[in-house]
Amino acid sequence: MTLKTTPLNAAHRAMGAKMVDFGGWDMPVNYGSQIDEHHQVRNDSGMFDVCHMRVVDAKGEGVRAFLRYLLANNADKITMPGKALYSAMLRPNGGVIDDLIIYFMTEQWFRIVVNAGTADKDIAWMKEQAATHAPGLTITSRDDLAMVAVQGPNARAKVWEVLPQTRAATEGLVNFQAADCGEYFIARTGYTGEDGFEVMLPKEKVEDFWYALNKVGVKPIGLGARDTLRLEAGMNLYGQDMDETVGPLESGLAWTVDLKSERDFIGKAALLANPPSKKLVGLVLLDRGVLRGHQKVVSAQGEGEITSGTFSPTLEKSIALARVPDGVQIGDTVQVEIRDKLLNAKVVKYPFARNGKAVVSL
Amino acid sequence: MSNPADLPSNLKYTASHEWVKTEADGTISVGITQHAQELLGDMVFVESPEVGRKLKAKEECAVVESVKAAADVYAPVSGEVIAVNGDLDSSPENINSDPYGAWMFKMKPDSAADVAVLLDAAAYQAVVDSEAH
Repeated sequence: MTLKTTPLNAAHRAMGAKMVDFGGWDMPVNYGSQIDEHHQVRNDSGMFDVCHMRVVDAKGEGVRAFLRYLLANNADKITMPGKALYSAMLRPNGGVIDDLIIYFMTEQWFRIVVNAGTADKDIAWMKEQAATHAPGLTITSRDDLAMVAVQGPNARAKVWEVLPQTRAATEGLVNFQAADCGEYFIARTGYTGEDGFEVMLPKEKVEDFWYALNKVGVKPIGLGARDTLRLEAGMNLYGQDMDETVGPLESGLAWTVDLKSERDFIGKAALLANPPSKKLVGLVLLDRGVLRGHQKVVSAQGEGEITSGTFSPTLEKSIALARVPDGVQIGDTVQVEIRDKLLNAKVVKYPFARNGKAVVSL
Repeated sequence: MSNPADLPSNLKYTASHEWVKTEADGTISVGITQHAQELLGDMVFVESPEVGRKLKAKEECAVVESVKAAADVYAPVSGEVIAVNGDLDSSPENINSDPYGAWMFKMKPDSAADVAVLLDAAAYQAVVDSEAH
């Protein structure tokens, strides 16, 4: 099978990337040291090729009402132009089709950014639902757009160095807000727990943008560091921390699910009928070793499973997200089975690190 | 990627990417190759075998973990573990920076002949090259 490539493929190779098959995409896992790249983002600025993610535009009268029904989070929460909202999109049985971000641009235009591996099924689902509930809407996959995430305490300043014409429109953006600057759509969002921008731009401009950022000192960051950064920031990864077989309430996403309002949405009835018996918690390994996905968690309340685990470069300890019985409490010590040994781990409230610093107390 | 010149010619190698150095007293030091560390990336944890443990050739006896993945390390020959490199507990990254200096454990081999028939640098390079295709 031929791997799919982004418009930055040649640039990655020129910059010495080690390339891997990431869900059918030929992507950079690192450009040398994954740990150095991680610290580069926490302390300065780094750039990520996220062209494999998909931008979808939903346009037409009634787009807000449609999203209000389509998504578990409430589109009515975003009223300031450009404001973004993180949400799960559910099956009627409550399983998570994907997690995504919607941007409110106008009452006739919401922009949606979805995961790479789920993009085709997401769009098929959106179109199927729109056909029934909002036949006047157009749902367009923006395959003409590329996306680069620039993250870190110095990231915004670096973007302004390269794109000074966008500064006036983006300087006042609050966290989770975007500005449409013509060819550049710039959002103050990310997947690292650091400040920064995600920049959507025409595909044919992305390579120049990438090299221009590099010239002002922004280092390329691979998928390896992207994973340790997002895990430290306590952000879920679709396909690992949740998928179609588990609901959002057992995936640490209760804060994104609006069950209080009268609003009906796809999956709501299933969530109300099936209160969760498990929950997602953070773990910090107390013994020596490395937590990994699918390791078994043993607690006084029963067994659980690690959904994502890694070594945290910021904490210099191993950390994980784990789905455990509801009775497990923050501060408990549980055991994790690693190669037939039971190692001790402390249950913590995540995130583990944000804005350059550790935020868990041990 | 490594080329033949990067492989020290005084060492022996295994197809599972361990290197073996024979010391003056006939004991051996074992580590993982440049190629192996490069595949795994930044090392963060090493689990060494117990000193005194009797190992059979090709037995899983240690684990190295990078940020990315865990990998087993195999006994290159049969023999007894006589020492482990405690420095790697606190500095596993030495495997990345100096793979042929960062020995993981030392063994007293049951037979020097077992060591002699391990891969030489050229034969190990052929293994690495074949994996790349």
